[in-house]
Amino acid sequence: MQRRLKIGVLYSRVRVEEKWIFGAMEKRGIDYVRLDDRAIHFDLNNPAPWQEYDAVLERSISYNSGLYALRLLNAFGVPTVNTASVAEICGDKLMTSAVLARDGVPQPHNMTAFTPEAALAAIEAFGYPVVLKPVVGSWGRLLAKINDRDAAEAVLEHKATLGSVQHSVFYIQEYIEKPGRDIRAIIIGDRVLTAMYRMSEHWITNTARGGEGELCPITPEIGELCLKAAKAVGGGVLAVDLVEHPEKGLVVNEINHTMEFHTMQPVSGIDIAGEIVEYTMNVAKEKVYS
Amino acid sequence: MSTVTCPECEAQIELEAGTEVGEIIVCSDCGVDLEITALEPAAVQLAPMEQEDWGE
Repeated sequence: MQRRLKIGVLYSRVRVEEKWIFGAMEKRGIDYVRLDDRAIHFDLNNPAPWQEYDAVLERSISYNSGLYALRLLNAFGVPTVNTASVAEICGDKLMTSAVLARDGVPQPHNMTAFTPEAALAAIEAFGYPVVLKPVVGSWGRLLAKINDRDAAEAVLEHKATLGSVQHSVFYIQEYIEKPGRDIRAIIIGDRVLTAMYRMSEHWITNTARGGEGELCPITPEIGELCLKAAKAVGGGVLAVDLVEHPEKGLVVNEINHTMEFHTMQPVSGIDIAGEIVEYTMNVAKEKVYS
Repeated sequence: MSTVTCPECEAQIELEAGTEVGEIIVCSDCGVDLEITALEPAAVQLAPMEQEDWGE
């Protein structure tokens, strides 16, 4: 007789996505435990309590907490959605760009430097405007559009002086004149589940910044590009953000590994939370029954 | 229906059915973010400030 699988859901806040995920777990009668990342601890000499989980779904808001939890769980042999390796890549824009470049996935022109002087030289050589982004960060926070040398010098100095050491990894991206929207696609395993246009008059189209959603048809081009991007970062449950570049066509801007879908689920009418739960159960089954 | 008191402005806030521990609500009077810490009886505290590594 097959035993009942035990699933952990690691979270920081119960957003609407977590409510939907908990609801999907309960609807399926799954034995699951809510793991608040602010309350848990790991005893490296005693992994047994964690090894009782057949899989853990990571939904932390804190990238650091989520990433270290995934690393420990994977080290303990506990399968996770997503894996630590995927979180390491997706949580760091430079790492994402590196694997996309490795796999020949189209992306915006990106440059990196480690001092303000070298960053300024790179920007001057490339031309204005450019966008400076923190390598770790989300929700459109701390993105800076740099229109001229004065702005570049000011922002680079501020980042070097006021930011954590991570802000001295300067991630410089070409500024793309996009048509007031970008595209977010949800990938689960080898399927592109749904896609949505995120519309905004502002150059930052993130829905966390007030962007609105509209269903986007999954063309063969979008489908193929998203799956290629997802494969490059290691696959799993992902949101691939695409931008319509006026010269290059569709490019992959970033990939999120603990995506929010509070706009996407109602716009698409697809039970994304349920799909994530099904995927997590399949990961658990693979470990237990293979 | 449970009611909580905003620790910032003392407004009385009615919790919607289906509210969960760990959920963030916004005080309708002063706009502060509150985290639900218990349901029976209902309790809230000021939600933690957004951190640099927060996101999706």
